[in-house]
Amino acid sequence: MNERVAKIVAPLTVGLVILAAWEFLVRAAEIPPYILPGPVIIAQTLWTDGPSLMGSLWVTLRITLVALAAAVVLGGLIAVLFAQSRLLELSFFPYAVILQVTPIVSIAPLIIIWVNDTFLSLLICAWIVAFFPVVANTTLGLNSADRNLVALFKLYGASRWQILRFLRMPSALPYFLAGVRISGGLALIGAVVAEFVAGTGGSATGLASRILESGYRLEIPRLFAALLLLSLTGILIFAALSWLSHALLAHWHESALPEEE
Amino acid sequence: MAAGSSPLVATSKIGKSFRNGTVALANVDLAIAEGAFLSILGPSGCGKSTLLRLIAGLTPPSTGTIEWQGGTPARISFVFQEPTLMPWATVWDNVYLPLRLLGMSTAEAATCIDEALAAVGLDGFAKTYPRELSGGMKMRVSIARALVTDPQLLLLDEPFAALDEITRFRLNEDLLRLWQRHHWTVVFVTHSVFESVFLSDRIVVMSKRPGRITADVPIDLTYPREESLRVAPDYGALCQQLSASLAEASQ
Repeated sequence: MNERVAKIVAPLTVGLVILAAWEFLVRAAEIPPYILPGPVIIAQTLWTDGPSLMGSLWVTLRITLVALAAAVVLGGLIAVLFAQSRLLELSFFPYAVILQVTPIVSIAPLIIIWVNDTFLSLLICAWIVAFFPVVANTTLGLNSADRNLVALFKLYGASRWQILRFLRMPSALPYFLAGVRISGGLALIGAVVAEFVAGTGGSATGLASRILESGYRLEIPRLFAALLLLSLTGILIFAALSWLSHALLAHWHESALPEEE
Repeated sequence: MAAGSSPLVATSKIGKSFRNGTVALANVDLAIAEGAFLSILGPSGCGKSTLLRLIAGLTPPSTGTIEWQGGTPARISFVFQEPTLMPWATVWDNVYLPLRLLGMSTAEAATCIDEALAAVGLDGFAKTYPRELSGGMKMRVSIARALVTDPQLLLLDEPFAALDEITRFRLNEDLLRLWQRHHWTVVFVTHSVFESVFLSDRIVVMSKRPGRITADVPIDLTYPREESLRVAPDYGALCQQLSASLAEASQ
């Protein structure tokens, strides 16, 4: 079979087999839908509750995308500052690490208490989870410029800004994009976790609050439908960022080259 | 070059030691005449690349001084062992780099760049990216980038070491042709006896630990030099002489 066809058909077949087995098992063992709904009921729920779930998806998606944008912009800026001064990097990098390794669930309640605006507090939580890969990767990339090229730039009297703009930034682009790809998934996770902590109260009810609410009410098919939407969103974000990365690097970077025949 | 004029650059008692205590160079006196094609020949680790980087000003000497003709450093271009191209930039943009750093616009630089590309035989490749080129062609781009600024002094650090023999021979001849046309001063670092004799009008041999000059040999073969020289008897004799010096330096 052709490689490209196999890439789509093979995982699709596995998925369909698992779904069929799942449906069969649920019916054969007569498992009630509030314990484990079959794929058919989940699909029906997704159809009937679709409009209201899509509204919730938009709430979560908005937090995710704004958090990702903030992670990209601020993370990139922090990395540029780190690359300009070794002392600055040594001074502040450990705190970026601390912010990264402290579980967001444990800081989220504080942030939600301190920040009155729900959207803003959720945004801050999602940003804290998402910014680190951009900072760490971009800093590494900015410092990985070819030594001989740096020497060449200096030989021709390049300014600090010229070295940054024409050498360090393009060298860092693949690293930066790899960081953004990780951050995309993390921003979604951060948004969901923060929503879980914030609970179902408040006006903004994202997908995570819908999952909680469905769990309390034993509306398990809707819980699954919301879960499915979350997964699809994560996949879409990843695919979009992968496409962007490929489009920006296609001309020159090894990672974007087609495989050898 | 008028006889008796001061050298383009002269090092006096120059030395370099690194932080880990290694003495890469000690007491090197080397005067390079304007218009010379000088090769520095030596075994790996003898400090010949370090000497080149000191002359380029890429690293400061630990001891000694470097004197320039007229008191100001010459316009220098440097060719590294690897092509050292920016992979994200086209051939044209890579050659444009030195002029861009000097503040020239693309319109002002266009003629120089096209001439430089033509000089190394890469006229049709302006829009190509480095990864699409062979090793020899990448090196040609690197040379075009070096000559686009019309340098007075061209420093080459084992530029053809990673290339196959046929490509290397062809680039040797092209380099000689460009040198004769542009009247640069060239300092060429290599560990190949045959290459250094074919190219240079003077060869200094260096030995290691610490790096120092052990022989200084004028090469009295007439230019232009062509492929046929590689089998000429006097070329062979000089190669034999230099090989002996190199063997002595390598001990």
